[in-house]
Amino acid sequence: MRKVRRKHLGLAAMAAFVGALAFLAAGCGGDGDSSASTELEGLGTSIEEIQSMARDEGEVNLVIWAGYADKSWADDFTSQTGCNVVTKDGASSDDMVDLMATGAYDGVSASGDATLRLIARGDVAPVNFDLTPNYADVFEGLKDQSYNTVDGVGYGVPHGRGPNLLVFRNDILPADTNTWAPIWDGSQAGKLSIYDNPIFIADAAVYLKATQPDLGIENPYELDEDQFTAAVDLLKQQRPDVGQYWDGATYARQVTDFKSGETTVGTTWPYQTNLMAAEKPPVSVTSLKPAEGTTGWSDTWMISSKAAHPNCTYLWMNYIISPEANAKVAEYFGEAPSNSKACDMTTDPDHCETYHATDEAWWEDVYYWDTPQPDCGDDRGEACKSYEDWRAAWTEIKG
Amino acid sequence: MASLLAAPVGWLLVVYVGSLVLLLMAAFWETEPFTNDVVRHWNLDNFRRIIEQDVYRDVAWRTIQMAGLVTIADAVLAFPIAYYMARVASPRTRDILVVAVLTPLWASYLVKAFAWNAMLGDQGFVNWLLEPFGLSAPGEWTGLWLTFTYFWHPFMILPIYAGLERIPSSLLEASGDLGARSLRTFWRVTLPLAFPAVVAGSIFTFSLTLGDYILPTLIADQQFIGTVIYGDRSSNLPVAAAFAMVPIAVMTIYLLVARRLGAFKAL
Repeated sequence: MRKVRRKHLGLAAMAAFVGALAFLAAGCGGDGDSSASTELEGLGTSIEEIQSMARDEGEVNLVIWAGYADKSWADDFTSQTGCNVVTKDGASSDDMVDLMATGAYDGVSASGDATLRLIARGDVAPVNFDLTPNYADVFEGLKDQSYNTVDGVGYGVPHGRGPNLLVFRNDILPADTNTWAPIWDGSQAGKLSIYDNPIFIADAAVYLKATQPDLGIENPYELDEDQFTAAVDLLKQQRPDVGQYWDGATYARQVTDFKSGETTVGTTWPYQTNLMAAEKPPVSVTSLKPAEGTTGWSDTWMISSKAAHPNCTYLWMNYIISPEANAKVAEYFGEAPSNSKACDMTTDPDHCETYHATDEAWWEDVYYWDTPQPDCGDDRGEACKSYEDWRAAWTEIKG
Repeated sequence: MASLLAAPVGWLLVVYVGSLVLLLMAAFWETEPFTNDVVRHWNLDNFRRIIEQDVYRDVAWRTIQMAGLVTIADAVLAFPIAYYMARVASPRTRDILVVAVLTPLWASYLVKAFAWNAMLGDQGFVNWLLEPFGLSAPGEWTGLWLTFTYFWHPFMILPIYAGLERIPSSLLEASGDLGARSLRTFWRVTLPLAFPAVVAGSIFTFSLTLGDYILPTLIADQQFIGTVIYGDRSSNLPVAAAFAMVPIAVMTIYLLVARRLGAFKAL
């Protein structure tokens, strides 16, 4: 009898506990609006003050795309400022948004499909460009863009930009291949290496834009029902041919898989092709932007609205777009720098030429990662698929 | 006594049960489509989606099948080893075998995963071994099955070993005295007495396979319950939480059956 009563007591206590949790959780969900504060707690008001306060902070904790804070320039930063650089590789833009939401990081190198989400969530703070003097030398074409500026308020410093490239082993495809067709036409069964993220649906849309003009695709991130279905169908058709999906956490496997021949054709970042070239012996591959155009990224260094080391973060944002550091990171990752003076600092004098840093025409068919939203941004109105739909479709595509 | 217990029980309630409850509550919420922020608006849409979309059913079924196959393979492989350790080997050999079984557990999970990934690759050890016979390395599914079987093998051996060791020799001798040959003794006495221990071991192999998301990512590109939850967690936490209900439900049923079979007494 006694035992039974105690058992019930335990159940009642448990129920009360669960109820209390539910109440708490429901209660703190009330005020969801997130107005971004323009001032950061603990940030110095002048460059000198920031420099002296940074010495006390001694650390900057960053979420980065792999390769954005290599020792070869991060160590210089540490010796100049006294801030140790701690980094965490983001696997994807989703992952970066997730990591920044924890409030545990000071800054992030966000792509265009993350920036607006971070701003809307209030996880990043506006930047006072008076405190980042190197901003003055950033290419005008990268300033005040829809992905880094909201209502005239700038939310970060442009890092640089690059394309997602077609890559293939030279023993598989002819050197003059200039089309995305090999990854979509089923000719490379089991040998494809594909970026593992919903945003890759846009790559299918870029191909359809060129090959099926009837669909009327203008912007690969603004897809209505028919366009979206066509892109998803194309990806489902591709699915059995994929040998390996990679992302910002598993990119190194793409390098080893191309080396071993496990995968031979796919999409890549210039970073991995640099890594393949650095292998001994180098992996014989070609990478290029095919005739259909491609997706790409234009990244922005942003500061967390809850940054524990705001002064070190400001110094980092200024440092990474300085001509010297910007040249190093652009060469290391294989992208176009954001600082116009960086082009004189690269070890390869033709780097900016090769990566089309000033050639705006070349970027016309590079569609920077963006967050898909229901509002198409044109006369179709609210007919477009949201990122939530993209996410759900990606799960279905992988099956 | 109460004050001594307060800390661990409090930890269990707040950190363990509390976080689970929060997770399960998230399954009834939804996300803001643009920011992916969780909106605490109660609804059943996530469950509807998981039931209506074929992909979630396919993934769940695929994962359960894999967990079942891994469990069967581990049981078949583990029983003779455990039997030898408990009934045949000398104390010295037994100690060596126990250490040998435990050693793989000391190595890093990721190192083992990458090793298997390399071994099963086109240029890997398995292919090198099979090539002279005109065979090639197993596909994704079989490769993952082999890897899981290897990973959870010790978790099956140890409970069976303990179970076999607990069987009193007198029972086996009695069986012999009554005229049963060794094979018959094995089928009629040893196996029934050791079966609860096999079920106990299967709880580990089954549940560990059901929840793993690292091996499927590294070895196969097919989606499993763990990889889908991992993929959804940042952009749609409520759907991930709702899908997390599936392994919880499967394991609840599994544990209820295991309890009926006496597995908890064998642990």
